[in-house]
Amino acid sequence: MAINWFKYSSPASFYSLAGKMIPVFVFVSVVLLVAGLYVGFFVAPTDFQQGEAYRIIFIHVPAAWMSMFLYVVMAFWAGIGLAFNTRLSSMLATAIAPTGAMFTFIALWTGALWGKPMWGTWWVWDARLTSELILFFLYIGFMSLQAAIDDPRRADKAGAIIALVGVINIPIIYFSVQWWNTLHQGASVSINQAPAMATTMLTGMLIMVLASWMYSIAVILKRTRVIILERESHTAWVAELQKKGAIL
Amino acid sequence: MKPRHKKLVMIASGVTALGVAAILVLNAFQSNLVFFFSPSQVIANEAPIGKSFRIGGLVADGSVKRDDGSTTVHFSVTDTAETIPVVYTGILPDLFREGKGVVAQGKISAEGVFLADEVLAKHDENYMPPEAAEALEKAAKAQKASLVQ
Repeated sequence: MAINWFKYSSPASFYSLAGKMIPVFVFVSVVLLVAGLYVGFFVAPTDFQQGEAYRIIFIHVPAAWMSMFLYVVMAFWAGIGLAFNTRLSSMLATAIAPTGAMFTFIALWTGALWGKPMWGTWWVWDARLTSELILFFLYIGFMSLQAAIDDPRRADKAGAIIALVGVINIPIIYFSVQWWNTLHQGASVSINQAPAMATTMLTGMLIMVLASWMYSIAVILKRTRVIILERESHTAWVAELQKKGAIL
Repeated sequence: MKPRHKKLVMIASGVTALGVAAILVLNAFQSNLVFFFSPSQVIANEAPIGKSFRIGGLVADGSVKRDDGSTTVHFSVTDTAETIPVVYTGILPDLFREGKGVVAQGKISAEGVFLADEVLAKHDENYMPPEAAEALEKAAKAQKASLVQ
């Protein structure tokens, strides 16, 4: 059976589809979060050199990965919106930004909390930390630029340019620890190498990564629904929903 | 070509051009982006001698000596090729250990001693329980012993 995916690029049908999907993602995300935190804090062993303090990895790494991944997804949808003038793509990009910014902030903050006891400093201007801070500013820049422009279509276009230019920062963040010598250590988990972590530690971390994915999807869908209602408030289908009392 | 495809090509080439520009800029600033210099680089005069800079490497085994009655500590930083003696007064991070990574900021004296005013620990990307670390260490020792024989 062929599904017509393009049907869901219309805000009206996406709105109802997203409404059905949100509870599923919320549920899975909560289950995974509880499981991941349990494995991370109670099952995973103590580390041989960092003791218990390494456990912040179960928050730090998922947040850092999400911060980069969400930026790429945001730039992708912003770029599609810019090229093809599709309304929903730009709305998705706008909906992703706050979640991405939040994960970037968490990655920076937990990194500082981890750096103080282990390295002996909250912050250094090494390539990894600095490029992640720039990522935070890119998210903030994207959001403030869009907020500053009243016409949503123009805001989408301006935002898309920032998002696309900022994509260059993503490989810089990722490879910074290989290209330059940094205080931040190299990757423990990468595509072409066996992970440099004990299995239970890795399991806990990957469960937390999945939980962050599910959380992000749920929150972004919810935010997209709100943006759709805002922007389509003049249309007949939104008026219909309102009549039925389906919008709070 | 349809106008929207034209637009897509324009966006793609714009991003590619920016990417190339970024690579060139980063290459040009290569030396400014490194966080620390290795002892070999310092010996080869690649570090900004006379100014404050950071050196990084491993704390040489058996090199850590503490002065009695003060927090002054002497140790050597090595990259296995070259070694530089370091003097530091202050509190060391918990992970400061012989054979482990370290990054020190300071100036190099005329005698070639690095006078550090900040010492940070640089740990590696390996995470494992202490028992696993012990087993690895034993295996490495056994291998070394068999090589000597």
